Amino acid sequence: MRIHPRITQRIAVTVLSAATVLTLLILIFIIGFIFEKGLPVLSLKFLTSSPEDMGKAGGIFPTLIGSVILPLLAIIIATPLGICTSVYLCEYTKETLGTKIIRFGTDCLAGIPSIIFGLFGYIFFVVTLGFGWSILSGGLTLAVMILPTIIRTSEEAIRSVPKSYREVSFSLGATRWQTVKKVILPNALPGIVTGVMLSIGRSIGETAAVIFTAGSSLRIPTSIMDSTRTMAVHFYILAREGISAENAYGTAATLVIAVLIVNLSAYWIMNRFIAKRS
Amino acid sequence: MSSKFNIQDLSIYFRTDKVLKNVTMDIPANNILGIIGPSGSGKTTFLRALNRMNDLEPGSRSEGKVLMDGIDITSPDIDVVALRKKVGMVFAMPVPLPMSIFENVVYGVRLSGINDKTHLDELVEKSLVSSYLWNEVKDRLDMSGMRLSGGQQQRLCLARVLAMEPEIILLDEPCSGLDPISTSKIEDALTILKSHYTIILVTNNTKQAARVADNTAFFLMGELIEAGQTSHLFTHPVKTETNDYITGRFG
Repeated sequence: MRIHPRITQRIAVTVLSAATVLTLLILIFIIGFIFEKGLPVLSLKFLTSSPEDMGKAGGIFPTLIGSVILPLLAIIIATPLGICTSVYLCEYTKETLGTKIIRFGTDCLAGIPSIIFGLFGYIFFVVTLGFGWSILSGGLTLAVMILPTIIRTSEEAIRSVPKSYREVSFSLGATRWQTVKKVILPNALPGIVTGVMLSIGRSIGETAAVIFTAGSSLRIPTSIMDSTRTMAVHFYILAREGISAENAYGTAATLVIAVLIVNLSAYWIMNRFIAKRS
Repeated sequence: MSSKFNIQDLSIYFRTDKVLKNVTMDIPANNILGIIGPSGSGKTTFLRALNRMNDLEPGSRSEGKVLMDGIDITSPDIDVVALRKKVGMVFAMPVPLPMSIFENVVYGVRLSGINDKTHLDELVEKSLVSSYLWNEVKDRLDMSGMRLSGGQQQRLCLARVLAMEPEIILLDEPCSGLDPISTSKIEDALTILKSHYTIILVTNNTKQAARVADNTAFFLMGELIEAGQTSHLFTHPVKTETNDYITGRFG
């Protein structure tokens, strides 16, 4: 029996909107739950004072620093490396078996659980290279972890720049590098930034890869060779060891707000950039 | 009349397909050569051989010679970047780069490291005047080139080529998507420009070739069937295929 198109249309709209609403509800529920438990703990003092008694009392100031410095280091290392790799793969190589293998490899790397990266970072950066539990080891490990994501998203962004732009640029006597610099990168930038933002989010929230490589010291780090603790690790330890559920939620709420701020400012910068160009 | 290009037995392959078959012809300087023929006849491939744009297609190769002022530009030793600065190209689809009108016009010039503001200002005005666009955009040169209409965009693309002061301008069906008024503006521009440039115009519109071209070449299935003075080719075609095509019996 054939169902009338008007009815199938109605069913489609119902299913699609229900899925959207459900997704939204789950999101609101999680954030609402964390804010309900965490916001009462939050105060300026909580953010700016050091933890006391393993985190049972006091604030989270050192972990705030850890959560800024580690992802920052990772992004500073991984972004140029990732963008250069993807430009090379897209613009300077022909599509061969070799590039297919590289692409497959980065896809696999992107899917590896972060604890494996943690283990690798521990063995390689902490022990073999002798960096110890430090910001340097943690940052390098996070950089290795987010590199595949940055490469793949940048590659997608570069590929989506219309072929005709390249042709025009070449026909006007541009070299390949001039074309990359003046036409391809500016047009691929929104996509590249999206990938970088995703990676920042991932590294801010990361625990497994960090706890093995940056350690969990609660002191305020003074050098790149010092151990540090990020908010995510702090939250994990507070909750896992049953030290303080209250402060754990306070940390979680701060973490969520931090990610929100990073994303919103990225969108804001991006929109200004796009508005300026068009 | 001196010739700008001597093309000798030129064939072009994409992988195993021979899309251009043993073309031999001379293209005179400071003239408009119209190239007509049905789609898939090798017109565009021929045109793109003259600024080595076929190089961008993976698996393409050429045989034979293209002498430009006596120098074989198919040689691997040729500096293609320098060649493309001398041989400008306007594509079928107008593609303004996503930047301002001003920056679009000076794109090629800036690539050569010329950034002097007064010089660029003069160049932009001169190029836009020659492409019949100046009056429409002179007050909004900072606007994105992508916000112009299709016909204006194509004249912007022409201005962009003119700003590089090339010797040759290749046009690949530049009016295929344009309205009659924009088309006639481009045709007017070309007839004036030919005193300074050698122009090669691929067109799907035989009437356009008849209107603006001094010489016309007819391509079919990758072969050059016939070439000669436009007035002569349209009135006394030698080959039956040419006659059939220009009288609209196929294509």
